[in-house]
Amino acid sequence: MNTPRHNPLVRAMALVVLVFLCAQTAFAHPQKGEAVGFLTGFRHPISGLDHVLAMVAVGLWGAQLGSPAIWVLPVAFPMVMAVGGMLGLMGVPLPGIEYGIALSAILLGAAVMFEVRPPLGVAAALVGFFAVFHGHAHGTELPPGQSALLYSMGFVIATGCLHALGIGIGTVHRWAWGQKLLRVAGGLVVVGGTFFMWKAVS
Amino acid sequence: MKDATQSRLPLYAIVVFTFVMCALPAEAHLNSTGMGPFYDGLIHFLMSPEDIVPVLALALLAGLRGASHGRRALFTLPVAWLVGGLAGLSAMTAKPHPFVAAAWFLLLGGLLAADAKVSLRVTTALAALLGVYHGYLNGTGMGQFETAAVALLGLVFAVFVLIALAAAFVVRLRAQWARIAVRVAGSWIAASGLLMLGWAVRTR
Repeated sequence: MNTPRHNPLVRAMALVVLVFLCAQTAFAHPQKGEAVGFLTGFRHPISGLDHVLAMVAVGLWGAQLGSPAIWVLPVAFPMVMAVGGMLGLMGVPLPGIEYGIALSAILLGAAVMFEVRPPLGVAAALVGFFAVFHGHAHGTELPPGQSALLYSMGFVIATGCLHALGIGIGTVHRWAWGQKLLRVAGGLVVVGGTFFMWKAVS
Repeated sequence: MKDATQSRLPLYAIVVFTFVMCALPAEAHLNSTGMGPFYDGLIHFLMSPEDIVPVLALALLAGLRGASHGRRALFTLPVAWLVGGLAGLSAMTAKPHPFVAAAWFLLLGGLLAADAKVSLRVTTALAALLGVYHGYLNGTGMGQFETAAVALLGLVFAVFVLIALAAAFVVRLRAQWARIAVRVAGSWIAASGLLMLGWAVRTR
């Protein structure tokens, strides 16, 4: 039987992901004073729990909503997040970033918890709106002397991996118990977001 | 029965990908492999993500559009790269402009993410422009003409192999999710381009 597990292409993709995650730092074209950026960029999105919660929630919500949201949302988020990152890098100020990030976890978690099903455009707009805050935070926190290309790629790929993690977890949605589990996961994201909002306010 | 070549494509892709990701320290212009200038040029390309990513994006885009686009890119890009490289050999110096590099990422990644229905002429033009631009940058500062020309051949060979593998890999994809995965890769490339653009503005 050609189940996804036994599909050579799926296995090949899994191997590629594994190899990719175990990748050594690339040292192409090192210049004086330039740190190597891929791993630094990769670590950045996964180093803050507030970012992780929101990005995994995007994947969970996409999985709940099904096609085409399952891929539109994870595509929209990194693209708009990069716009936010670009603004942060350019020094364009954006007020209330910490609130925006915490609110993103609360609302996205709530969307998963209550299995909210808005039109695709609304869901993408909501995800995109909050992605700007996440990107801006990353852009302004960027350490000096990094390789722009490698850092950017690491940063975006890590974000995509977090979405993929959310989608992976979200595949349990096909079962009744999985739907309940996803709602619980959404609730946990809300709790986490509330904690970060409380921290931002205090 | 499955075609043996088709079933092995993912394996070939993995081997190439593994080779690329296990990058060891490289020095621009040119790092000696001890195996001669041909391999120096080949390794130079494989160790330069700023070259590999746009080529990969173009290959994926051409692959998504079908075999005819893949074939056109397969032959146009290496030839243009060689022409640009030979022109660059006679140039004194040229520095890659960060805005242009970001623009290539944005353009090719954006087209790929949008699954843009580009015509064969557009694919050809993109391949030619990309090849001439990157080839020219590679050609400058490569050193003496005789050695550099051989290194350039190695480099062009690597471009040919990469675009052949990547485009062929995508052309055979039929599953919807697999084609979406390719588009997601395009969105990541475009997003990286946006960040590079911000970086270029910051460091200007």
